[in-house]
Amino acid sequence: MTARTATRIASLALLAFAAGCTSFYEITVETPIKAKLDTTAFQRVLVAGFVAGGSDDVDANIETVRLLRSQLRTKSNLKVVETDPLQLMEIAARQAKDPSAAPGAVAQPPTVPPVAQPPAGAGVQDLAAQPIRQDPAGLPKQVRDEKDLQAYEQIFADVGFWKKLGEEYQSPLIVTGTVLFTPLAKSGYVQQDRETIDPYGRHVVEAERAWKDRKGFSLSPKFVFIDGRTGTVISSETFHEETLYDAAQNTPPLSSYFELMDRLIPRFLGTLSSQKIRGTRVLLK
Amino acid sequence: MRKLLALAALLALVVASPAWAAKPKGQAKAEVNFGINVAQRGLWREAIYRWQKAVQLDPTYAAAWNNLAIGYEHEGQFDSARDAYERAVKLDPNNNLIRQNYEFFKEINDRANRDPNR
Repeated sequence: MTARTATRIASLALLAFAAGCTSFYEITVETPIKAKLDTTAFQRVLVAGFVAGGSDDVDANIETVRLLRSQLRTKSNLKVVETDPLQLMEIAARQAKDPSAAPGAVAQPPTVPPVAQPPAGAGVQDLAAQPIRQDPAGLPKQVRDEKDLQAYEQIFADVGFWKKLGEEYQSPLIVTGTVLFTPLAKSGYVQQDRETIDPYGRHVVEAERAWKDRKGFSLSPKFVFIDGRTGTVISSETFHEETLYDAAQNTPPLSSYFELMDRLIPRFLGTLSSQKIRGTRVLLK
Repeated sequence: MRKLLALAALLALVVASPAWAAKPKGQAKAEVNFGINVAQRGLWREAIYRWQKAVQLDPTYAAAWNNLAIGYEHEGQFDSARDAYERAVKLDPNNNLIRQNYEFFKEINDRANRDPNR
């Protein structure tokens, strides 16, 4: 037995002791989050269309329909129904003018003289295709803010309309709602790094507060989930996201729209399908 | 030299000795260690079983409650996870690692339970 062998044995013993002393272990966990909505009764999902407004630079109805469909195609078990997005504002306007024209119109006193009835058996798409001949009663032609959107909310409660739509597409889960994408301009203090060189010639980074003019966009979607078998609203979910850039920066509105939608898509998907959230935890001895 | 060898051997024996495992606290520690070992291999149900045994053997063992909470969290048993975390925090209120685990858990749990009709 040499001194070297003794040292090796002692080192091994110390290593074993050190391992024994390690009192915590970081571990990856995948926490399953159940879908908020029970979608087991549905085999299909129809992203129908949205009442949208705010900026004229982005057609928030078309873009939202496209984006949600593409996400649902890959990240949910439901079959995505492919059809033209509904122009809900036009449909709501027509219904406001003539409540009896809606497929499932409930008896309401007409606010304006009734216009020509659609032919018997006319589907929802047929109704959407009809041009609006006169200004809708009480509905703004363009949506600029939340107040304008509220005027259109009644369409989501039109059970007959959604039931009829559901019948056309084999009783899917219907996703609809409102989307407001508006330009923002805000000024305020922002924290930024300032690089200086100290008397010894070293680079020093200091945080400083500076007044900045900023502009950007806000996105406020409200997703309404409707049972295509009954036409009733199952659930609705509202989000709000904002992004601001330096006033000198020229960011295309469509890029901002996708940037903001990217932030809330996981929460939208979490409503329809279960997800796993990866994280780390510390196991202790 | 012989003395050095004997010391090294003794040290190794102390480290590897199962003598301490004879008592409930020692057994609980053994269960916790085994649970960690299997959890690291992805065998979370076995790990939960071991940590459940550990807290039965020693209900004051904060680390065992912490690990059990993580196991429940991984299996999506959020109510059980919350109870276990709360036990762990109560038993060892100054343990920042337990607190940090609990904070992460609460963040995810809040997200899972958020009312869709906000």
